[in-house]
Amino acid sequence: MISQEIKRGIIDENPILVLALGLCPSLAVSTSVQNGFGMGMAATFVLTCSNVIISLLRKVIPEKVRIPCFIVIIATFVTIVQLVLKAYFPALDKQLGIFVPLIVVNCVILGRAEAYASKNNVFRSLVDGLVMGLGFTIALCILSVIREVLGSNKLLGFKFSPRFQPMTVFILAPGGFFTIAFVMGMVRHLGNRKKGV
Amino acid sequence: MVNLISLVEISIGAVFINNFVLSRFLGLCPFFGVSKKLSSAAGMGMAVIFVMAIASSLTWLMYHYVLELYRLDYLRTIVFILVIAGLVQLVEMALQKYSPTLYEALGIFLPLITTNCAVLGVTIINTDLNQVTGMQYTLIESVWNGVMSGVGFSLALLLMAGIREKTEFAPVPKALEGLPIAFITAGLMALAFLGFSGLNFFTVVGG
Repeated sequence: MISQEIKRGIIDENPILVLALGLCPSLAVSTSVQNGFGMGMAATFVLTCSNVIISLLRKVIPEKVRIPCFIVIIATFVTIVQLVLKAYFPALDKQLGIFVPLIVVNCVILGRAEAYASKNNVFRSLVDGLVMGLGFTIALCILSVIREVLGSNKLLGFKFSPRFQPMTVFILAPGGFFTIAFVMGMVRHLGNRKKGV
Repeated sequence: MVNLISLVEISIGAVFINNFVLSRFLGLCPFFGVSKKLSSAAGMGMAVIFVMAIASSLTWLMYHYVLELYRLDYLRTIVFILVIAGLVQLVEMALQKYSPTLYEALGIFLPLITTNCAVLGVTIINTDLNQVTGMQYTLIESVWNGVMSGVGFSLALLLMAGIREKTEFAPVPKALEGLPIAFITAGLMALAFLGFSGLNFFTVVGG
């Protein structure tokens, strides 16, 4: 069951590459692998914790005000992440900048709260948060590896190849759009081929 | 004192140089979600400008007169998102009561705006230290920044909707149909907007 869940989070329902959720942070912070991984971890933490709490409270929260309740729960964990990043990872905090508080409105997190955690038990919600976070992180890492190598000729901060002339456009805004377009196209192409279309 | 030059600076910065969608990557979900038809793009754009302007003023007052005063600025994220969520509800109810025509035009877009990261983004930018000048925006500058960021968002949204309406029936490779080709379109637009970053406006005026 666990391996099935992991496959669902990473491949079948990958939040970024298949469901196209959480696009803003994924394009904005994928300029280097460190940023991408840091963002992925932060979002995974918030997603898992909020999934657990929302699932615990799912019978208490009234139907009509559920969205504001979800947002407050999510915002609480985002504040925790903000304070931890400021205290222990100031460099990463500076790099991610405005996108740390913006985890609150990341549609992956609110989407999972609404579609999964408010309907399932605690354990399943915990697993769902973890695998969805993992899928988010992996997709971010794929995007940021491509952009960091092509855009600044580096990988994890180390020089990649002495002869390659980096294309700066890939760490700028347009490169983000192009990268996700082709990665998403590739994923769809492989999916189509598997189905035999 | 209203500094006119700073207002002009903010306008050009928010609409062209740091366009919310094409260079800051904020508000991408509505940008791709509502850009299929020109008419709905116009409605969404208007709604965003409206909410951004009101949200900018409310959150600025909240931050400087409540949070900063009582040293609660670590609560900024929670307070701002709640203010925005409440505000959107109020605007929706007020429009429904007092201006049914406007409500018909903007109504369905308003609930989407709560989770639009562009709105929360602009309020956070307004209360953060400005990276270029190292100063915080005043109330008037904040509201103006909200309006202009909304205009920049709407401009990008309208351009995108215009292009997508034209290319709807274009033959596209199967794997790139739908979203991926929209991303490529947005990338080309961003490439064009990159030209504005050469406008060395801030150093000329600020220096």
